[in-house]
Amino acid sequence: MWCANTVKNMNRHAEDNSRPTGSGGMGARARVQAGLAARYRKERRFRLFGLAAIAASLLFLAVLLGSIVAKGYTAFWQTQILLDIHFDPAVLDVNNLATANYAALVREATLRLFPQAASRQDQRTAAKLVSTGAAYRLQEMVTSRPELIGATRPIWVVADDEVDMFVKGHIPRDVPESERRISDKQAAWIDRLAADGRLRQAFNATFFQAGDSREPELAGIRGAAMGSLFTLAVTLALSFPIGVAAAVYLEEFAPKNRWTDLVEVNINNLAAIPSIVFGLLGLAVFLDCMHLPRSASLVGGLVLTLMTLPTIIIASRASLKSVPPSIREAALGIGASRVQTIVHHVLPLAMPGMMTGAIIGMARALGETAPLLMIGMVAFIVDIPHSFSDPATVLPVQIYLWADSPERAFVERTSAAIMVLLLLLLAMNAAAVLLRNKFERRW
Amino acid sequence: MQKLARTLAAAALLAGSAIPALAADGRDYISIVGSSTVYPFTTAVAEQFGKTTKFKTPKIESTGTGGGLKLFCAGVGVDTPDVANASRPIKQSEIETCAKNGVFQIVEIKVGYDGIVLANSKKAGQMQLSRKDLYLALAKDVPSPEGGDRLVANPYKTWKDVNPKLPAEKIEVLGPPPTSGTRDAFVEMVMDHGCAAFPQIKALQATDEKKFKAVCQTLREDGAYIEAGENDNLIVQKLEANPRSVGIFGFSFLDQNADKIQASAIDGELPEFKTIADGKYPVARPLFIYVKKDHVGKIPGMAEFLAEFASDRAWGEQGYLAEKGLIPMPKDEQKAMAAAAKTLSVMVNK
Repeated sequence: MWCANTVKNMNRHAEDNSRPTGSGGMGARARVQAGLAARYRKERRFRLFGLAAIAASLLFLAVLLGSIVAKGYTAFWQTQILLDIHFDPAVLDVNNLATANYAALVREATLRLFPQAASRQDQRTAAKLVSTGAAYRLQEMVTSRPELIGATRPIWVVADDEVDMFVKGHIPRDVPESERRISDKQAAWIDRLAADGRLRQAFNATFFQAGDSREPELAGIRGAAMGSLFTLAVTLALSFPIGVAAAVYLEEFAPKNRWTDLVEVNINNLAAIPSIVFGLLGLAVFLDCMHLPRSASLVGGLVLTLMTLPTIIIASRASLKSVPPSIREAALGIGASRVQTIVHHVLPLAMPGMMTGAIIGMARALGETAPLLMIGMVAFIVDIPHSFSDPATVLPVQIYLWADSPERAFVERTSAAIMVLLLLLLAMNAAAVLLRNKFERRW
Repeated sequence: MQKLARTLAAAALLAGSAIPALAADGRDYISIVGSSTVYPFTTAVAEQFGKTTKFKTPKIESTGTGGGLKLFCAGVGVDTPDVANASRPIKQSEIETCAKNGVFQIVEIKVGYDGIVLANSKKAGQMQLSRKDLYLALAKDVPSPEGGDRLVANPYKTWKDVNPKLPAEKIEVLGPPPTSGTRDAFVEMVMDHGCAAFPQIKALQATDEKKFKAVCQTLREDGAYIEAGENDNLIVQKLEANPRSVGIFGFSFLDQNADKIQASAIDGELPEFKTIADGKYPVARPLFIYVKKDHVGKIPGMAEFLAEFASDRAWGEQGYLAEKGLIPMPKDEQKAMAAAAKTLSVMVNK
């Protein structure tokens, strides 16, 4: 309708120009003049709607990103406490490095800072200022450098998540003592530590090095990130070749008949199926029939392959279609076989479009949780996966699990993990744009 | 470009041929499934176990109690879970499913208690509720306020309508959806009890149990009860934003957010470690883990994992599970359960 009007207007305009001095032309021009203001207004309004739509979506995006960054940026720093650890030979000797009571070393060093904590109850509260992760850290140190035994060293250890929250201001001071997780006594001790220069905020390397943990200060995204990597590797390795092969056959070789129409309709339909359905399919086929291991990134990759295949096939077919027929005809004309035509000429020209499709499909796969629920990848996994069959989880699942945890320190970690996921998605989309620009050819 | 395509194709072929070889023929870690309520506690034990022993850290899936027991009962063998978390005792029907699939030896271990709390924002006053008040405020059909045996659609708009001692605030309760174990426990412990306060409904229990359940356990759908999803953090945030509303969720979320929200007393008892453990607080439920005895000795670390769970430093009064919000069992019960975990005494078929 709108289109038809425009065409009519344009025609009228052309007529006016061709007959500038005709007697009837004056009337037409006057009519145009009269309507001109209204047409300009219409155009301005139309543009304004577009602009408003963009402004609204930018605003939503800014609010979303703003709230995530505002909540999450503090997670990249972590409170640490300086302890003078005495590697007591009475506790440690070369033969018991794996089983020694490292927690006792930490506890003893902590209590030395607070001589006024005399009662058992007080000592327990004081020891709680330091994360249980400190003991694991000492174990690592001593195992790699046994000569430390007997020495006393100042060591920065990670503080408990509640101390961290308190120092960052997420636990308010101005509420009655019974209502916060940090008591007045602990607050006073923390202030003392800060005054003595024994408290610092350091880069939270644990967040990028560790797997999941129930202690927020020890939790990291490495495990989930590796899981995502393995899963996506399987997905890419399977869905790209299969998708491209299917697209090439359908586009270049398949006869046009009811059968291929049916296949095409089905592929388009598959692209719109809710992803949880693929999870159920994966459960039935890969776990129950083929007896593949539960929670493995291999199975996750297979399920996501099923999910991304239609996207890749559709994108690949579109980019094959956009290769001009003259290229094919020229190649065939100088004697190339059909396979040569496709492999040497059509595919390289269509490749940027196919890759863009693949990367967008991958980006979608990176953000999926629903199909993974069914195959057991929504799980607590501490050990970082090292192979395709190790139990693994993925980044969005990690975000979901942390968002559901009661500890307050997981709030900022949830947002930080979202930031990492968004950065990855951004990088993938940027790669898609770059690839397209680099290899795209215009005719 | 061609080279890339060829490499990818080769990789795909390789991956395709590797699949059958990877089938689960051995497993060197413990696999646990089940309730999302027990999940925070089992994961804490698993992490401690993984870090302090030579065994791998167990893998724990949060599937819900029903889904977990379904997987657990699917059979014996490495591709089935070893342990199931449950926020309610196993049902007879589930034991039968287990038996049908060859799982006869199930060890039941109670690990502690969980309180379900009703809480509102600190900005509003603390509420003193009884289970009868809650039934009248939340049930879809209630006995007519004019008296008589007739049931009418719930006419109460404010808490004051329900009980003159309560504030004149609109009834607005945020709670879990029907798929949640917390919801099951809530309707059983609060609604059933509250509606049994009316003799004409209590009489139903003996004659028509089904009708009794329907009358007691159906919650209002007119906006007074709002299903707020499974995420308890979300409920806490909503309570803060809207001080007039009351939320239903697990005790550990109250424990972590005591600076923002306060619990309502139910039948005169506030939810605290002590009142929940000794059974005074009425809305508390036991949490369980179910262990497949056939897997002990086959999957490395099973016995050691159970020993860690049943140790005093884990589920004891000062243990790290109490720190996470699990309510410890009384001493003698703890001893009995630790013994069960050690000897692996199989459940007697009910």
